[in-house]
Amino acid sequence: MKVAQICASVALAALACGFAAPAAQAADPIKIGVYLPLTGQNAFGGQLELEGVQLAQKAQPAVLGRPVELVVVDNKSDKVEAANAVTRLTERDKVAVIIGTYGSSLALAGGEVAERAGVPVIGTSCTNPLVTQGKKYYFRACFIDPYQGAAAATYAAQNLGFKKAAILMDVASDYSVGLCNFFKRSYTQLGGEVVADLKYSSGDQDFTAQLTEIISKKPDFVFMPAYFAEGAIIMKQARELGGEFVIMGADAMDNPDTLTIGGKAVEGFLHTTFPYDVTMPNMGAEAKAFTDAWRAAYPDKDPNVNSALGYNCYNIVLDAITRAGSDDPEAITKALAETRDLPTALGTLTINETHDAELPVGIIQYKDDKRVYLGEVTPAL
Amino acid sequence: MKPSAKTRRDWTLNAVVLALFALFLWWGDGSMARDMGWNWLPARLNGYQVQILNLVAVYGILALSLNLIYGFTGMFSLGHAGFMAIGAYMSALCVLPAAQKEIMWLIEPIAWPFSVLHTPFWISVLLGGLAAALMALVIGFPVLRLGGDYLGIATLGFAEIIRVLIVNLTPITNGSLGIKGLPAHTTLLTSYLWLFLVLFGMVRLLNSNFGNVLKAVRDDEVAAQVMGIDVFRSKLFSFCLGAFLAGVGGALLGNLLTTIDPKMFNFQLTFNILMIVVAGGLGSLTGSILGSVIITVLLEWLRVVESPLDLGVFTIPGIPGMRMVVFSVVLLIIILYRREGIMGMREITWDGIFGLCGRLRRPRGRAGTGTDTDGEGRA
Amino acid sequence: MSLDLFLQHFLNALTLGSLYGLIAIGYTMVYGILRLINFAHGDILMLGAYFVFYGISTFLLPWPLAVVVAILGASLMGVLVDRIAYKPLRDAPRISALISAIAVSFFLESLGVVVFSGLPRPMHQPEWLVSIITVGGTRFMPLTLIVPAVTALLVLLLLWVVYHTRPGLAMRAISRDIETTRMLGVSVDKIIALTFGIGSALAAASGIMWALRYPQINPYMGVVPGFKAFIAAVFGGIGSIQGAVVGGLILGFIEIMTVAFLPPLSGYRDAFAFILLVVILLVKPTGLFGEKQEDKI
Repeated sequence: MKVAQICASVALAALACGFAAPAAQAADPIKIGVYLPLTGQNAFGGQLELEGVQLAQKAQPAVLGRPVELVVVDNKSDKVEAANAVTRLTERDKVAVIIGTYGSSLALAGGEVAERAGVPVIGTSCTNPLVTQGKKYYFRACFIDPYQGAAAATYAAQNLGFKKAAILMDVASDYSVGLCNFFKRSYTQLGGEVVADLKYSSGDQDFTAQLTEIISKKPDFVFMPAYFAEGAIIMKQARELGGEFVIMGADAMDNPDTLTIGGKAVEGFLHTTFPYDVTMPNMGAEAKAFTDAWRAAYPDKDPNVNSALGYNCYNIVLDAITRAGSDDPEAITKALAETRDLPTALGTLTINETHDAELPVGIIQYKDDKRVYLGEVTPAL
Repeated sequence: MKPSAKTRRDWTLNAVVLALFALFLWWGDGSMARDMGWNWLPARLNGYQVQILNLVAVYGILALSLNLIYGFTGMFSLGHAGFMAIGAYMSALCVLPAAQKEIMWLIEPIAWPFSVLHTPFWISVLLGGLAAALMALVIGFPVLRLGGDYLGIATLGFAEIIRVLIVNLTPITNGSLGIKGLPAHTTLLTSYLWLFLVLFGMVRLLNSNFGNVLKAVRDDEVAAQVMGIDVFRSKLFSFCLGAFLAGVGGALLGNLLTTIDPKMFNFQLTFNILMIVVAGGLGSLTGSILGSVIITVLLEWLRVVESPLDLGVFTIPGIPGMRMVVFSVVLLIIILYRREGIMGMREITWDGIFGLCGRLRRPRGRAGTGTDTDGEGRA
Repeated sequence: MSLDLFLQHFLNALTLGSLYGLIAIGYTMVYGILRLINFAHGDILMLGAYFVFYGISTFLLPWPLAVVVAILGASLMGVLVDRIAYKPLRDAPRISALISAIAVSFFLESLGVVVFSGLPRPMHQPEWLVSIITVGGTRFMPLTLIVPAVTALLVLLLLWVVYHTRPGLAMRAISRDIETTRMLGVSVDKIIALTFGIGSALAAASGIMWALRYPQINPYMGVVPGFKAFIAAVFGGIGSIQGAVVGGLILGFIEIMTVAFLPPLSGYRDAFAFILLVVILLVKPTGLFGEKQEDKI
């Protein structure tokens, strides 16, 4: 019988939702939403990418003669929050286009909302193929896991001539699971052999058991697409236990702190990444512009690839708005899909039919405590 | 027995409020009005408000189900995330068409019965709930013999085992890649229909003789046993029913977000639900609802502290993470100043609301078995 | 499996297990006295590690001094947390204190993100702790052996405090019956504050050792070790100091040996620990070393 009395309390919710009053508009700015994990387990990635987006906005604060306003929302590295964040951006702030996010599972949750709202999103570093699969409004400024996995396998099997691989996979991370499997597929097709396939779960810090097992199988190299802090710890433990194999990682290892955490254990470490690095020879004009802007804004920090991705997303969006000639989401979506040969900080970028950026895969190696950009690799398959 | 004037009054008021609320939802949802071409209606709620209202309903269901297990039967269970995960996965596997599942399972092809399974939404929700209840039955037999904190720890352990299994059983669950593209079936009407069904069912259950049995088990297990109550069976029933509702809640959450993955269902999720139940008041149905309203809305509202503050002369930049700092402080204050939660064990009732309108505030005895005993309105 | 390989696994497990054990002691002490699962314990551990990091990098303290300051600082934080969040709830339902603990844990983690930022930081490792020693086919660092040694030492010290000093006696009395102890003239609040102080000092010590062994720190670093150490405390019988250490060792050995002996099932590693937990609870509900105690829920 208390049933309906509750209506009263639920009605509170309705009232409380009234807080969503529309903000007053000043100079009729174009609103660009940003949703990134600024707290939670992925905070390190989200914060770097946000710095890149903000840097790009500082360099180019207006488009079509109107100022650009960034609306930044934290998704707390949490799916429910990611969905709420995008809903807020599309419904309350009425943004024209959204940038985000680090972490594919967050992008999946946000993408569903954006799809229903009909607002285009450009992903910074969500590399799982599912993110844009069958989506009209989701794009990304990065390549996808199968492509990167194939590139890593090609480099190991053909450029380095390695025959025996071991895989160390984070079974709880969609990123790691995807990459490991795509890598394995390509590597065995290229004639390589996987001698050990070990697993751990996100949050683990002790990898000694897995590494001891891998060492006993004597592989030529270990493929380990971890996040950089974890990856640095894995390398340290591998060297402590006497592993002499080459270690290979992927784009999530690309962070200035890999070296500060891993120290001497990082020597010889190879990883695939997006084609940008401070040490890159013959850097393109756009990449140089990014590097200089970064140096000016953050003199005590090295520019990094996540910030470059954030920076790129903003510029891709601005390019699309310019070509669309308006801030209408539909027009921007159409313009984003038609992005061709755009010069960016990560080289010339084209968005393909599956809405992924076509970018070459870069290879980085650590030599004498320094990152060296070895060049680019094209998957053989 | 002839209904008293008071009961009749309450029924009428209930019916009126329910009807008004249904009207509000119908307007807020807006889809039906749009289909009928009634464009003269004032603009409906925007998607952000709808999303939050939906979350309130889903968290309300989850809080009620945990309150049944913990608040009304006294079993300290921390396995809610596990039951939700089972409900959400079962429902997702049922509701997706086969073709969509085939392209989504990138790592390993989907296993047989699940690859062809395809049911309507409401059946998938029921199946999700049933699967969770079945799991509760299996777990309940051994662990419900444990008491107090140990039950909590054992159920927490089971929830984690369920999560590890979901991560690893790729042919069924797609592993950590999760499932996406669920049809957005959780609309305002469905979620609130479920919320009111659950609430109505629980009010009926708790006012029945069996409700008294559960409360007797909670207050003193030994005394209940002496009175001839089959304590274990009552506990098992309450545990399975709570798990069923948690499964339903999980299924609704999955269809609201339209994507699920194992990371969502970690022990933090259980803590969030527990937080709502305790902040609202253990053993108070209206408290659980109020708790889910307050916590959900507060979390969204607190986004303000993270956005840059424009003071005209200069701008204070937003500080990421500040929201959770403020949120935890608010939670701490709630629990320090209202240690039994906002509602304690009381309920919001018409008597209470009228009493509040009449005089300032009239605290009275605790809620017994009756329907309308005492009330306290909140500003 | 060759002997060398087994020895290597054994050493790995010993180090990991001792770390879990050391963290578990803090849980067990607070639980033994207040029947409170102190969820903020893992976050105090994180604070301890950060204090060392800032002690060295910002205040340029020498390493040993930074460690001492960090332990004292974390200990103070523990007392403060008790004073603000738990003391007012001493006579409240236990669930209120539990929610309070969860709120404190949220608070410390998010404050960590705001103050320290979410970026992982490297932990300074003194050279002498991490130079590799090879014996036969087994490789280890001095740290590998120092961790179990420090754990053993701290446990002995703690047992001495609990069983041979007056505050220890008071702690044991409080764990039996808080009201009677109060009537006997013991200042219960001071003893409880002392318990939190010691427990948090241990958390900081384990946090520092954890960060030395796994040298990256972030605001969420305490969550997983805290959760696992809590499980370890339950294995051993929550409330028992010896039990916590044994429980920690058991957990360490399960985690390492499942991977060592069943590599294809390494993805299920965490499930094994939890299955064993449930089995232990069912066979001996109070854990391996636990005493039968009445429920206060």
